[in-house]
Amino acid sequence: MKLYDYVLSPSCYKARLMAALAGVKLDIRPVDFHPGAEHRGPELMALNPAGSIPILEDGDLVLTESSAMLVYLAAQAAPQWLGNDTAGEAARVQQWLSFSHRLTASLGAARLHEMLLRPGNIDVLLGQGTTALRELEAGLVEQHIRGQRFLALDRPTVADIACFPYVALAPDGGVSLDPYPAIRLWSRAIRGLDGFIEMPGIHRLHELRPEPVPEVGEA
Amino acid sequence: MTRNAMIDEWYPVGLASQLDAQGRKTALMGEAIEVRLGDDGNAKVTGGGGRALPVCVRYGHVWSSPGNPQKALFAIPEADQPGRRLVDVGVVRVRCSPLRAVENFLDIAHFPFVHTDILGAEPHTEVQNYKVEIREDEDEVWATQVRFYQPQAAKSAEGGITTEYMYRVPAPTCSILYKTCPPRPGEWDVITLFVQPLAEDLCDVWPWMALFDDETPMTDLIHFQQTIFVQDRSILENQIPGLLPLDPGMEIPTRADLTSVAYRRWLKRHGYTYGAQLVAQ
Repeated sequence: MKLYDYVLSPSCYKARLMAALAGVKLDIRPVDFHPGAEHRGPELMALNPAGSIPILEDGDLVLTESSAMLVYLAAQAAPQWLGNDTAGEAARVQQWLSFSHRLTASLGAARLHEMLLRPGNIDVLLGQGTTALRELEAGLVEQHIRGQRFLALDRPTVADIACFPYVALAPDGGVSLDPYPAIRLWSRAIRGLDGFIEMPGIHRLHELRPEPVPEVGEA
Repeated sequence: MTRNAMIDEWYPVGLASQLDAQGRKTALMGEAIEVRLGDDGNAKVTGGGGRALPVCVRYGHVWSSPGNPQKALFAIPEADQPGRRLVDVGVVRVRCSPLRAVENFLDIAHFPFVHTDILGAEPHTEVQNYKVEIREDEDEVWATQVRFYQPQAAKSAEGGITTEYMYRVPAPTCSILYKTCPPRPGEWDVITLFVQPLAEDLCDVWPWMALFDDETPMTDLIHFQQTIFVQDRSILENQIPGLLPLDPGMEIPTRADLTSVAYRRWLKRHGYTYGAQLVAQ
């Protein structure tokens, strides 16, 4: 499976993270998105007329939507991540997969504007991003009341991976996560998963290393 | 307020490879400027009220100054050595003091914690003793004999090695790092951090490299350096205080901070204080 990838792209990271969690090996083809704008060049435009990355190729199958990639990776190697045991569960997962596009369009665009100088109305983007974060926070709080730690179920699903990167990187675009305790707990839970990988701006949990054992006799 | 000495320094304002006639609007120390390709094929930079600013094109970038530079842009002799790959890494904007961005570049102690498994890894956290001096003839800050254990020092490095570094600060917002070159022992890879001060708490950072590496695809070289720098970005945006403190009463440095101490002393000596905090608050 070949991923046309940019190391700073949260959408590309979704595919890399899902593959790592599912134990799938990806053949990475780096794309010079910045400063080279290679994704707008003839080779990649032929593959994806939308001019976006990531692009996932597996034989004849070409996927250009990151949510579809998550579903494909999970269906192949880790079907429990699909979260589709009941009609209600499947619908909840789909709800958050669709919702994740709002995060890309608001927090993701704010990040590109603030970090890589892409055009955009920053005040509007920050407002839309904040609205989306509040909705996600409320959703996670309701999940806690139901006794569930993740967005759709009590175990992680593709919905969590679809929403996590743009939320975790919100501070890159100038949106603090300080007002959202449920989001921060959820972020810790995702970063603590076996097989989790990081990307620039999303640090691993150093505090998961074993606590130092105090010497006998110390206070 | 007296005229800040930094007004007369050179600063990067864009990639030479992306110059076009349409121009690019940006800023230099609070002044709106425009960088474009002139009708004569040369780079033009204009400031407030359309005044023409000094221009030179070097090391992959267009350079300009809001004042009157008294000397030419600093030399990097290695940049002209045949056989090197010249890498335009591209701009990254950071909401921090331009001086903070340079100081962070000079620091090694954060490698295992911020660039984990690339430039450093626990438990190899010790910064061994190294030498720092302000070279009076060149008027530059130099740190030499810096050694650090690195799991993946460069894109061309296979596995962990102890890397040797030299750091050089030839201008208040520019630093050059010389680093062990895995495929070419005896030579140094050149990695630079050119910082464009937009405001005292906002900068555009233009990393650039001149490497001996015939194997690694260009995009991989760019992505390696962007990874490192964006790992630093969130740290830089959260430093307190935002402006770089030049008052020695503000912080207690350790021996690992010798380069930072020399850099701050050098800035203070020259009155390079745009982006600095002079009195502890």
